[in-house]
Amino acid sequence: MADLRTNFVGIHSPNPFWLASAPPTDKAYNVIRAFEAGWGGVVWKTLGLDPPVVNVSSRYGAVQWNGQRMAGLNNIELISDRPLKTNLDEIRQVKREWPDRAMVVSLMVPCDEASWKYILPMVEDTGADGVELNFGCPHGMSERGMGAAVGQVPEYIEMVAAWVKQHSKLPCIVKLTPNITDIRWPARAAHKGGTDAVSLINTINSITTIDLDLMAPTPTVDGKGTHGGYCGPAVRPIALNMVAEIARDPQTAGLPISAIGGIGTWRDAAEFIALGAGTVQVCTAAMHYGFRIVEDMISGLSNWMDAKGYQTIEDFRGRATKNVTDWKFLNLKYDIKARINQDLCIQCGLCHIACEDTSHQAITRERDGKRMFEVVDAECVGCNLCMHVCPVDDCITMERVDDGSFQNWTTHPNNPMAEKA
Amino acid sequence: MARKDTADIAAARLDAAQLARNFADVAPPLDRQRALIEASRCHFCYDAPCIQACPTSIDIPGFIRAISTDNLKGAATKILDANIFGGQCARVCPTEILCEGECVRNDPEDKPVEIGALQRYATDWVFEQNAVLFSRAASTGKRVAVVGAGPAGLACAHALAMRGHEVEVFEAKGKSGGLNEYGIAAYKVVDFSQREVEWLLSIGGIRVHHDKALGRDVQLSQLRREYDAVFLGLGLAGVNALGLDEEALPGVRNAVEFIAELRQATDKAEVAVGRRVVVIGGGNTAIDAAVQSKRLGAERVTLVYRRDAEAMSATDHEQSFAQSEGVHVIHYAQPVELLERSGVLSGVRFEHTRIEGGKLVGCGEFFEVEADVVLKAIGQVMLTDGLSEGGVDLLRLNKGRIAVDTNFATSLAGVYAGGDCVGGKTDLTVQSVADGKHAAAAIHAYLNADREVQHG
Ligand SMILES: Cc1cc2nc3c(=O)[nH]c(=O)nc-3n(C[C@H](O)[C@H](O)[C@H](O)COP(=O)(O)OP(=O)(O)OC[C@H]3O[C@@H](n4cnc5c(N)ncnc54)[C@H](O)[C@@H]3O)c2cc1C
Ligand SMILES: Cc1cc2nc3c(=O)[nH]c(=O)nc-3n(C[C@H](O)[C@H](O)[C@H](O)COP(=O)(O)O)c2cc1C
Ligand code: SF4
Repeated sequence: MADLRTNFVGIHSPNPFWLASAPPTDKAYNVIRAFEAGWGGVVWKTLGLDPPVVNVSSRYGAVQWNGQRMAGLNNIELISDRPLKTNLDEIRQVKREWPDRAMVVSLMVPCDEASWKYILPMVEDTGADGVELNFGCPHGMSERGMGAAVGQVPEYIEMVAAWVKQHSKLPCIVKLTPNITDIRWPARAAHKGGTDAVSLINTINSITTIDLDLMAPTPTVDGKGTHGGYCGPAVRPIALNMVAEIARDPQTAGLPISAIGGIGTWRDAAEFIALGAGTVQVCTAAMHYGFRIVEDMISGLSNWMDAKGYQTIEDFRGRATKNVTDWKFLNLKYDIKARINQDLCIQCGLCHIACEDTSHQAITRERDGKRMFEVVDAECVGCNLCMHVCPVDDCITMERVDDGSFQNWTTHPNNPMAEKA
Repeated sequence: MARKDTADIAAARLDAAQLARNFADVAPPLDRQRALIEASRCHFCYDAPCIQACPTSIDIPGFIRAISTDNLKGAATKILDANIFGGQCARVCPTEILCEGECVRNDPEDKPVEIGALQRYATDWVFEQNAVLFSRAASTGKRVAVVGAGPAGLACAHALAMRGHEVEVFEAKGKSGGLNEYGIAAYKVVDFSQREVEWLLSIGGIRVHHDKALGRDVQLSQLRREYDAVFLGLGLAGVNALGLDEEALPGVRNAVEFIAELRQATDKAEVAVGRRVVVIGGGNTAIDAAVQSKRLGAERVTLVYRRDAEAMSATDHEQSFAQSEGVHVIHYAQPVELLERSGVLSGVRFEHTRIEGGKLVGCGEFFEVEADVVLKAIGQVMLTDGLSEGGVDLLRLNKGRIAVDTNFATSLAGVYAGGDCVGGKTDLTVQSVADGKHAAAAIHAYLNADREVQHG
């Protein structure tokens, strides 16, 4: 059985599966249940200074897609609404009882050095393994000059990260907000400030739905709604890209990453790890199904690693990063054509209409007066839209037909700025 | 084939291709895509009702989630960890009265998640890969004798071997598997039971001695002396008699013998079947005997049961399956005479019955059904041969089966029993596996307690 243990900036955990700072890690009761279920670590629900924040009732909105509940979730909750001392006492107790699990404490205090200097020793005193700086919360807190309000200004990130490194010996993880234009800037700033790692993504600004009877966004609080933070399976592709951007940026290459965003299965986790993440964090999937999902995450990842011959997480971590490149470096000579397996074809016609109406008119629908779908190679550009719309596994596959030569945009004659050979 | 008036019994009534179709998998396996679609229908209920309905408490939502992530090894491990015969059970469990009967999808949709089919999808992977999922704990030096290599006996043996004990199995027949090998309908377990047994035994620490019957080749008192504990998984090796004259008449047969012959025949064209078959009984055995007769090519199969459909121990699903196969079912009639013509069976005379004051009574009205073969399927019973020595009963019985407590301990210290031979609940494969597994846990505790005493 594969060895799933991780050492992330000196924080050890029996597996890379952590719960993200959110309701699942709100208090000792939840966290203990999570550890009992097998989670490798938690990032405790974000602590702030007293007096605690106050939350509203009706906090979540969700996107249902094709019968799937919570394909995306949005929330308008704030940070922990419990007194600081209560949280600190519970963190101390749980860490003592579960010494082998990662216990990271998420923090969000005003953007002044005194506040950070005040809270850090108290956290350190609990025996916690590290701190995560919540620069991401996109609602409620940012209006108070915290959360995303800091995370959107690289200079502030750098400054706060430096304070934290100065006033605490705990490993520091800066949690990034995706609500920016280029994720590399805040990551570089955190790196400059001396952070040990970054984690991403926090939630994305969103309105999930408009209730057409109330004429108000959901979740609706007494007739009004506000933008909230979007998460769950729907945000995973965005998170994957942002993680990849940081992993392959020469300025931040090698900066440890704890990946977050729409992770719910071992496969999701493996994808982020392949892009270089050292641990992964989960929130929505646990909120959807409970902590028991970690069972399949552990067994699935370990079985997949066994099948691939990977003994440790390090054996495959970051293996996909080098294959993420810029468009201009892709091989323009690479050519694939759609192949329809007539034995598997169920005659639904979806490939035809997709190609006919919206692509390249490369799939005919009739032969000798009979319904039959065939690819016209001369028209097929190898976009693989048909393969994606086909409801039958492996019915449409793509076959490579080029001669193996290579040319990318940088040397292409159509490129006015092409490098001369 | 020319028809005969009596004793019209013949093999190869159908051509080879038809027989092959008739005895192929009744429920073919799901491919990956269908499995994923079906898995996506599972709500992943918490504290799921389906788990409670499974006698072996398989974590059904858990294994289905693993299927949906293509973690077939994880899925299979979850299943087989709870039920080492998960492959067999996926094929033979009457899921409509077990897990699928409790699926929350029944209410709005009347279509439960196909748990049995998904279980088969996951476990088939294990047999295809010959995957090793379990290993043995360090040897304890303890030895346990298991009598009977049916699902109860082998489930118990596997669980004991895993805990580091040495197990010797004594089996009366020439092959292991019990009714998995000799009883279950052929089209439910195509080419499967022996593969499953081989895989199960591959854990090591289990030696099976075939053709060794308790009471004939080994004695209970001897096993108690030579082993640290004994488990009895004898099943029900005997059958009830109709109590009519002429039961020895050619053409009159026990359904279980006919089924066993069919199961053992590699070429189904070698199995003789009557042109007109009458099956008497209302359980699994009756249904399977009737349907398999029909599928061998019997022209008319009549299943006669003395009460109504509801009282039949065969499930609704099995009853309608028999009817869809063209079996003619007659309720409320009991056999009163086996009819003969020139020394061979010619038919059965039945009396209509009814319930009067809660009791079944004959109506005094009669009818006859022509038959070349009569298959008796009115219940199996436990044989007690090995359970007494020198005319003295060794074990306490309860209604003809072995009496056990909640730990599957018999009245004799160190002797445990489970499966059909203890009965009580349902006589199902899955129940026998559950019994064997729980008995193994109890035996393990007993052996440990024993060790603590010995070592002070
Ligand atoms: C025709 C038929 C069809 C069935 N179909 C289904 C079905 O579709 N689904 C389902 O869930 N259940 C079905 N059942 C019930 C199921 O097969 C049994 O409940 C199950 O096999 C019982 O397991 P067991 O281990 O207790 O006994 P068995 O399977 O009967 O195994 C007992 C073993 O002990 C051996 N043995 C007996 N006496 C001795 C002795 N003195 N010494 C040594 N060995 C001995 C026997 O040879 C046998 O191998 C069916 C039963 C029958 C008869
Ligand atoms: C209800 C809710 C509350 C959250 N609260 C916090 C928080 O206090 N601190 C924080 O850093 N992130 C918070 N998050 C963001 C999550 O930690 C996580 O970054 C995000 O949900 C993406 O992961 P997911 O797709 O697995 O849910 C919250 C998310 C949700 C749904
Ligand atoms: S989950 Fe339901 S019951 Fe629990 S707090 Fe939220 S609204 Fe209330």
